[in-house]
Amino acid sequence: MRASLFITCYNDTLFPETGRAVVSLLERLGVEVEFRAGQTCCGQMHANTGFRGEAFSQAKRLVRLYADADAVVIPSSSCVAMMRDQYPGLFEELGNDSLRKDFAALLPRVYELSEFLIDKLGVEDVGAYFPHRVTYHASCHGLRALHLGDRPFRLLAKVRGLELAPLANLDRCCGFGGTFSVKNGDVSSAMLTVKLEDVLATGAEFCTALDNSCLMHLGGAMHREYAPMKTIHMAQILASTQEHPAEVVG
Amino acid sequence: MSAATDHPVLDPALAPPFPMAALPVLRNVQLRKNVAHAIDVIQTKRARLVEEKTDWHALRTAAAAIKDETLANLGAYLEQFEERCTAAGGHVHWAADAAEARRIILELLREEGADEVIKIKTMTSAEIQLNPFLEAAGVRAYETDLAEIILQLGHGEPSHIVVPALHVNRSQVRDIFARTMGLKDLTDDPKALTAAARNYLRQKFLDVPTAISGANFLVAETGGVVVVESEGNGRMCLTLPKTLITLAGIEKVVPRFADLEVMLQLLARSATGERMNPYTSLWTGVTKGDGPQNFHVVLLDNGRSSILARKTERQTLRCIRCAACMNTCPVYRQTGGHAYGSVYPGPIGAILTPQLEQLRHAQSLPFASSLCGACYEVCPVKINIPEILIDLRARVTDQERHTVGKFFDPMYVGLRAANVIFSRAWLFHFAQWAGRIGAKLVTRRDGWIHSLPSVGAKWTQTRDLRGLPKQTFHAWWAERKAASQQVGGSASQRVGDAASDPTLSPKSGEKGGATSREAR
Repeated sequence: MRASLFITCYNDTLFPETGRAVVSLLERLGVEVEFRAGQTCCGQMHANTGFRGEAFSQAKRLVRLYADADAVVIPSSSCVAMMRDQYPGLFEELGNDSLRKDFAALLPRVYELSEFLIDKLGVEDVGAYFPHRVTYHASCHGLRALHLGDRPFRLLAKVRGLELAPLANLDRCCGFGGTFSVKNGDVSSAMLTVKLEDVLATGAEFCTALDNSCLMHLGGAMHREYAPMKTIHMAQILASTQEHPAEVVG
Repeated sequence: MSAATDHPVLDPALAPPFPMAALPVLRNVQLRKNVAHAIDVIQTKRARLVEEKTDWHALRTAAAAIKDETLANLGAYLEQFEERCTAAGGHVHWAADAAEARRIILELLREEGADEVIKIKTMTSAEIQLNPFLEAAGVRAYETDLAEIILQLGHGEPSHIVVPALHVNRSQVRDIFARTMGLKDLTDDPKALTAAARNYLRQKFLDVPTAISGANFLVAETGGVVVVESEGNGRMCLTLPKTLITLAGIEKVVPRFADLEVMLQLLARSATGERMNPYTSLWTGVTKGDGPQNFHVVLLDNGRSSILARKTERQTLRCIRCAACMNTCPVYRQTGGHAYGSVYPGPIGAILTPQLEQLRHAQSLPFASSLCGACYEVCPVKINIPEILIDLRARVTDQERHTVGKFFDPMYVGLRAANVIFSRAWLFHFAQWAGRIGAKLVTRRDGWIHSLPSVGAKWTQTRDLRGLPKQTFHAWWAERKAASQQVGGSASQRVGDAASDPTLSPKSGEKGGATSREAR
């Protein structure tokens, strides 16, 4: 099986360890990973801030870039949700027939990481080892846009050594929301404070998620407040083995 | 500024932008506690009652379909309503905007010679700012819903569309009642408080012969009107007075009587977490010798028909005002209703208000959301609120982006630059390189950024940001590919495995939180 990794703009820039973990995880599972050098951004930031034309040009670029990919794996729920929920409207309004056709053909081959593992590869036990107490934060896009359901929990349940600490108010937003976090910085911070209380109450060593954006938000507050917890993308937990333990940064 | 913050402004034309209007609320610990407690209670009840309903999703789909069909033929259904209501002895009036609705209502009251009027809670009358208008014209309006009495006597503003005084707690209610009703010994026992309200109201119900109501539904097929409520004050207002004036938005019509079966099941569960609301009043026109003998319906447009024309936004008019969206909204939970600067707060307010204002005001509201989607999930008529928020954001941005103020706004400049950067991979990579150099200037020895300039300052106000890593992912990939080609291996071999390459890991692995902070 071949899979093309769309790392996303912010993971490429800020969280390369997540990308390295995806590569190591997929290769361990026998997937041939490719990485297309032309990739930049899916256009989510522009779309959600009202820059529709700009979002369209990035969306168009992405669809063209991956038109012939067997499968596209994206370790970010919100970018996958952008493609599923917003590309159709953008292409209907601004695109042409050939673009709409290419997109319709590509979309079924686009996977969020946990979807790819469970739905496409059919594995839950990825052979990971991560001997820590971990809590899982369900990002809003993963939960309500992609309907990931229990996929993340099924994957975590098979990680050897991992003790899962349940998180109260699992469906409550952390307050990130992209540019919302600065446009409405005070409200966003108030939401973050409430979320962080629940996260820290788990007593976990790590908070994990399938979106580094939420983790950047939570992790930023943890560091600011000297909290005894770190954030880690789930790909890094799943890639972790006894011989090659997870990279923990920060 | 302080005058504006002491008393919330619920007029979209005058209210400060959402981020500013939210500040006084965020500082008000008691108010936030009241709001969070109240909506948590309603939400828990709602969740339990939705769960027991096995056909919940089918009901939602049916309700959305009923509303969509109505909206597609709105003119015809409204005319049908007018015809049937008139035939049953009612009088129907059409108001294009708030001013016309106010004028019609005042004229009807003058015809009656009324200088007092009793009212059932109606957000539509708050939308057209009816009470202050009547007051100025010499007509005193008495609210009869408990929450509305609290607000009226305490000179407060509604912060929720179903529970308007949800930001006020029991002891605050006691203070208001004790002061305004002259009851020095009043306790904050709910029984004592409702008894005080009942005493205050009873005489009004008996003395005032004119009432104003809203409507939850208008039935085109029969010309009937439906009001649902919890306290029985509505039933009093709808039956005791001689004259009844009902003010209703044009989107309140449903085609058939049978449609109420779907709507009423959804409304009570979504709004108050009850299987059925305590009082559901249905009446058609005038019945001789029973109830009001003069009955008027004022149909209000006030911007609604402009929403009909847009395919995505049209869903907004499906709303049955249950407030489930605000009860579940994590933003509303922090800010309460007043920050929205409109009688319609929360997610529905964030899409409805700017549209009713035809984007002349309230442009900050579509941005007052983290797009978490919780509102869409609970909406009983399946309004895709996040989708509409994004659409409205695009319309606001199109409107603002070429104004001088916004053209040079750092956020707008940044987004325009980002668009160029994302158009070519080499530009993106160059920007990453430049960003890393810039970030070095603000990164502390612990590897974190604690303070950023410009828009970034809003981030570092409460959160740190991890410094940029030494190597981007794509650079690591290129290096790994080159190395694997050199040793003649294929790309699928784990040549450049990060865990075995110390240079790729800027911080040494499993360092405890406390130790990595010592650098600060």
